[in-house]
Amino acid sequence: MSAVAETIETVSAVTEGGYKWGFETEIETELAPKGLSEETIRLISARKNEPEWLLAWRLKAFAAWQSMTEPGWARVTHPAIDYQAIHYYAAPKKPAPRNLSEVDPELLRTYEKLGIPLSEQAALAGVEGSRVAVDAVFDSVSVATTFRKTLARAGVIFCPISEAVREHPELVRRYLGSVVPPGDNFFAALNSAVFTDGSFVFVPKGVRCPMELSTYFRINARSTGQFERTLIIAEDGAYVSYLEGCTAPMRDENQLHAAVVELVALNEAEIKYSTVQNWYPGDAEGRGGIFNFVTKRGACRGRKSKISWTQVETGSAITWKYPSCILQGAESVGAFYSVALTNNFQQADTGTKMLHLGPDTKSTIVSKGISAGRSNNTYRGLVRIMPRAARARNFTQCDSLLIGDRCGAHTVPYIESRNATARIEHEATTSKIAEDQLFYCRSRGLSEEDSVNLIVNGFCREVLKELPMEFAVEAQKLLALSLEGSVG
Amino acid sequence: MALLEIRGLAAEVEGKPILRGVDLSLPEGEVHAIMGPNGSGKSTLAYVLAGREGYHVSAGSVRFDGEDLLAMDPEARAAAGLFLAFQYPVELPGVGNANFLRTALNAVRRARAEPEIDAMKFLKEARAALKRLSMSEEMLKRNVNVGFSGGEKKRNEIFQMALLRPRLAILDETDSGLDIDALKIVANGVNALRGEKFSALVITHYQRLLDHIVPDKVHVLSEGRIVRSGGPELALSLEESGYAGLVAEAAA
Repeated sequence: MSAVAETIETVSAVTEGGYKWGFETEIETELAPKGLSEETIRLISARKNEPEWLLAWRLKAFAAWQSMTEPGWARVTHPAIDYQAIHYYAAPKKPAPRNLSEVDPELLRTYEKLGIPLSEQAALAGVEGSRVAVDAVFDSVSVATTFRKTLARAGVIFCPISEAVREHPELVRRYLGSVVPPGDNFFAALNSAVFTDGSFVFVPKGVRCPMELSTYFRINARSTGQFERTLIIAEDGAYVSYLEGCTAPMRDENQLHAAVVELVALNEAEIKYSTVQNWYPGDAEGRGGIFNFVTKRGACRGRKSKISWTQVETGSAITWKYPSCILQGAESVGAFYSVALTNNFQQADTGTKMLHLGPDTKSTIVSKGISAGRSNNTYRGLVRIMPRAARARNFTQCDSLLIGDRCGAHTVPYIESRNATARIEHEATTSKIAEDQLFYCRSRGLSEEDSVNLIVNGFCREVLKELPMEFAVEAQKLLALSLEGSVG
Repeated sequence: MALLEIRGLAAEVEGKPILRGVDLSLPEGEVHAIMGPNGSGKSTLAYVLAGREGYHVSAGSVRFDGEDLLAMDPEARAAAGLFLAFQYPVELPGVGNANFLRTALNAVRRARAEPEIDAMKFLKEARAALKRLSMSEEMLKRNVNVGFSGGEKKRNEIFQMALLRPRLAILDETDSGLDIDALKIVANGVNALRGEKFSALVITHYQRLLDHIVPDKVHVLSEGRIVRSGGPELALSLEESGYAGLVAEAAA
């Protein structure tokens, strides 16, 4: 119990205010020249010793990207992005270490500052008995991977995708781009052309992954676009829970982040994908912050496959993100649990797509949007029932909470049903934190800020309970941190 | 010096004067009842004492244990030992009752520089308090006041009071809408705390509650002023003659 109480207890200890993780690590980086061209892509591919087929794949994506334009339908505004002013490749100058003793101590200190949970720091430090495996991504190159052996014994492959390209080319080639094709959308095409690293997970038939898998992403070098590529495959009857967490250092200029995540679940396989996103949101005046344009999609390819996305989004100046499920297999199940919190001048346009193709498919959407300051928070979701999806069911719940009177909450649900036997339910509410709730808490001794945190955490409860425990605690800290200064 | 000293207190809500000069002195260890017709300012007095926003004090002073109560934030008043049992307890969706109470208890303890209470010890105390109040442990698992019946909400207030152990409890029409069994539970909760270190202002419209919580003094509030004070017998005579006579007398 008392995860919320812990939040209240820890929040004062967490920070003196402002963005805790605003610092830069002094690690020399080797940058590719600014700008994007076939040459840049050839350089990235060569640096990573990639096979010819992957280079061809990248170049095809680049060609597609050149013929595309940025999507303009989201409820976000930002200055034009100069794609030629970005470095598309940055890596720590030293070669990737083979073991932890070779890891730059500066990097380990960075993890410490990031507040990576103790057990995971222990994991990074090689302490035995820790249960969470961390494949830490630091500026495009994975520098430390732990628990390989335990995972290998179970037959689970968990490694940087660049390594998977070398070690397991047949798997990568079969599945890469099979859920999010290279030309899927503008940002996915860009990612396909220039992605530098990310995680690869393969859980073979009948295997339950023996631990939660965790990756920390972090943007570090100035003006470096971050293009992660993650691919997770669960074969028949397999199960895996994957955790992704992000923080980014303080920055004046805007930074582009365009990740792609692909999930493939086969017969009766289950993938749980959880995210806590805390990229730098910009300052209180709306200067700086990360532009986060992410494509995340999972395919339930088999019978009774199951994919659930859980996200807590508190960071980024702009969030453009719609983790989706393609429910192909009969009786497959998709879920999307989301908390999106915006403060100051942040803009979030996030939601999901549930595409019901197979019969008896089910999906659940629970979205909690919290807007404070002058921010704008949009839920945008699509539920599409295809003709073959007999008896498909969807339940959608979208709740918005407003803090103050200068922010906005918007709900844009698209519902398309082409099968008369489908059942679709949609509920939506918008509320303000009521003065009587605040007063009630304060009259019991809670400070105004603690009261707001308690009420917000209560509002998000249905989503937070979907997160693994450790993540839930971190998520609550983030919510509290992100709301600092939004009341009073 | 009394625990609570209210002198010439005037307050308005949205520019409308509600309290027009309240004087009241509550010595430590005593229970006083405040009675009065609807609209006389009873709840306003409770909110002003607890520090609710929107209740503007235009004149007068309130001393709590010698300190200027009106200068304190609501949470500081709670830490100082003041507790308001709400007439309409507020729902907090998604917030567990046990969590809420432990958070509140520890916030108050921190403010008093007392050590925080751990989860196990808290549960033990909470269960004991529930037992004393003849309430179900189910209460701890539910979200704060969400889906509670009117009676359950009021009992939850008394449960909170029992755990927070205030020096001064203000009960704002806690008896309204209660059946006789619930009324007894509420009364038992208050009576169990009675002693040298516990004082209460029991705000009520009816004599009924005062059969179970026998006050040391009864004050009658009318049109924002205390128009009559007396012993418990005053409540009884009000029950017979109603407020009308008193109010007319005061106006004359």
